[in-house]
Amino acid sequence: MTALTVSRRVLTGRWQGPAAFTAVAVLALVVAPLLLEPFRLGLLAKYLCYAIVALGIGLAWGQGGMLTLGQGVFFGLGGYAMGMYLKLNDAAGDLPDFMVWSGVEKLPALWKPFGNPVFALAMVVVLPVAVALLLGALVFRQRVRGAYFAILTQALAAALVILLVGQQGLTGGTNGLTNFFDFFGRDVAADETQRGLYLLVAAVLGALYLGARQLVRSRFGRLLLAVRDGEDRVRFLGYDPATVKTLTFAVSAGMAGIAGALFVPVVGIISPALLGVVPSLELVVAVAVGGRFALAGAVLGAVVMGYARTYFSEELPDAWLYLQGALFVLVMTLAPKGIAGLAAALVRRREARA
Amino acid sequence: MEGMVNQLPIGLSIGAVLLLIALGLTFTFGQMGVINMAHGEFIMAGAYTAYLLQGVGFLVALPAAFVVAGVMGLILERTLIRRFYGRPLDTLLLTWGVSLMLQQLARDLFGAPNVQVASPAWLRGGAGILPYNRLFILALAAASVLAIWAYMNRTGQGRRMRAVMQNRRLAATSGIDTGRVDQRTFFIGSGLAGVAGVALTLIGPVGPALGTYYIVDAFLVVVAGGLGQLRGAVLAAIGLGLLNSYAEFWSDASLAKVVVLVAIIGFLQIRPQGLFFVRSRALT
Repeated sequence: MTALTVSRRVLTGRWQGPAAFTAVAVLALVVAPLLLEPFRLGLLAKYLCYAIVALGIGLAWGQGGMLTLGQGVFFGLGGYAMGMYLKLNDAAGDLPDFMVWSGVEKLPALWKPFGNPVFALAMVVVLPVAVALLLGALVFRQRVRGAYFAILTQALAAALVILLVGQQGLTGGTNGLTNFFDFFGRDVAADETQRGLYLLVAAVLGALYLGARQLVRSRFGRLLLAVRDGEDRVRFLGYDPATVKTLTFAVSAGMAGIAGALFVPVVGIISPALLGVVPSLELVVAVAVGGRFALAGAVLGAVVMGYARTYFSEELPDAWLYLQGALFVLVMTLAPKGIAGLAAALVRRREARA
Repeated sequence: MEGMVNQLPIGLSIGAVLLLIALGLTFTFGQMGVINMAHGEFIMAGAYTAYLLQGVGFLVALPAAFVVAGVMGLILERTLIRRFYGRPLDTLLLTWGVSLMLQQLARDLFGAPNVQVASPAWLRGGAGILPYNRLFILALAAASVLAIWAYMNRTGQGRRMRAVMQNRRLAATSGIDTGRVDQRTFFIGSGLAGVAGVALTLIGPVGPALGTYYIVDAFLVVVAGGLGQLRGAVLAAIGLGLLNSYAEFWSDASLAKVVVLVAIIGFLQIRPQGLFFVRSRALT
């Protein structure tokens, strides 16, 4: 057996998935930190945060058929939970700076428990999951689905942004929470901290990806696919589609919450502009561009769209919106399965020829 | 007490604008399963039409905006949406892409800052607590609803439209050219959004992002009123407009949207398909 046949077997057999995952993991955890300068590494860390949200969208939408246009809400809940802790930690007993500017004199009761890091970190996941469970239970149990669900989640994103902007003294208003200094005993802006944060984000993304993949391959995942393709039939077989959908929605919300919490120290801000209708939709479109039916496609889409946005807004700022719009139109018209779908079609064609 | 009375024309006129916007959405959604995010940009197109026609006369702007927005809708339907029937969630993302491009186009054509359209002299002032401009919007919406009702119930075209909405395949086998019906529905629905845009110039400035402020609320009207339901859209739009303005009045502006959303989710617990719907044994 020559090395060539071994490598071919690795690339096509049942080791194909793990081999690809390992290759990407080595690339992300070893090669990227060595090659990229700190600024570019920070950008990649930001895209990987978005990729975590995209992974959740891929799970809920691609696998479960629930088009959620409000993932920004969960991203924001996670981000604000983390941001509130960091603000209180920096203030060290005083009021956070923006409250002083807004004329708030006493720390609001809502903020008090977030001074405790354990509580804040728990809330990063608990808050989004709780909101998703509540919304899912109310909506899916009434068999409200498809476009109705999409519209409701979008309205939720719109409402949260208006609420955050309006409650200036509580949330920092349009500016959101920013100017962080200390991140669990380290200087948050230092290159070393940022490199560590990047590795943390990449590792979390990898772990969540493996978890999501396991979920999709489990019996629960089969049921989820069945609900996507024929909800009524699943009900006739004696399962409860509402529970399956609610739980999956909650998992995707939890992922978005974790992504939001990681985003805050990486980028140094969380504000309403980052989690409204438009950013939520942009991530859904990124998932569509990458390929909604494959979890890896969702992750890929978020990273590709992140780079595209940065590149074009540096080079051709005026054309970016046209390009973005045209890209969505083209992808939805010509390649509804996204990059992952195109890649799969290429592989099939090559196999058919061989 | 006085505040409550003052709030009434504001809530009603916002409801009337929402109604004009939601009518187009509910028919394209109910008849073709198209979720048109670019609908908001047809509002914007109507508003800019009024801006360009300021010297010519306000009453000319109304039909002009109807035609401009209607033709834009028709082009969108012919070139893109036609390929997407049966894939409602995909149309949402597709039309959002279109909406991004149209907003940028407006920014390039008219500039990013908002512009103000001067109201005609006969719409300034008011009778007591009733400003003329808000009264006019109410009358405009009422006339539009009447016209749509007459179109749907008194003309052959409208009858065919209802037939396609109720059962597309049966309508097609009965000899109705469903493609033509779809085009007409899209034209009328988009045109009404243009009319709504003209109405909006009476109560505020015009900007490239004008549509985005109203599209989410208009979709909520569709959800609460029931798909393709004229009565449902009227009641839900008025209800939502009033709820919005009173929630702003009693709590504060930032909480109003949350109150509205909670109310709608609560309402869906009682009527998951909206106020009115066509009963059917078919599984969806």
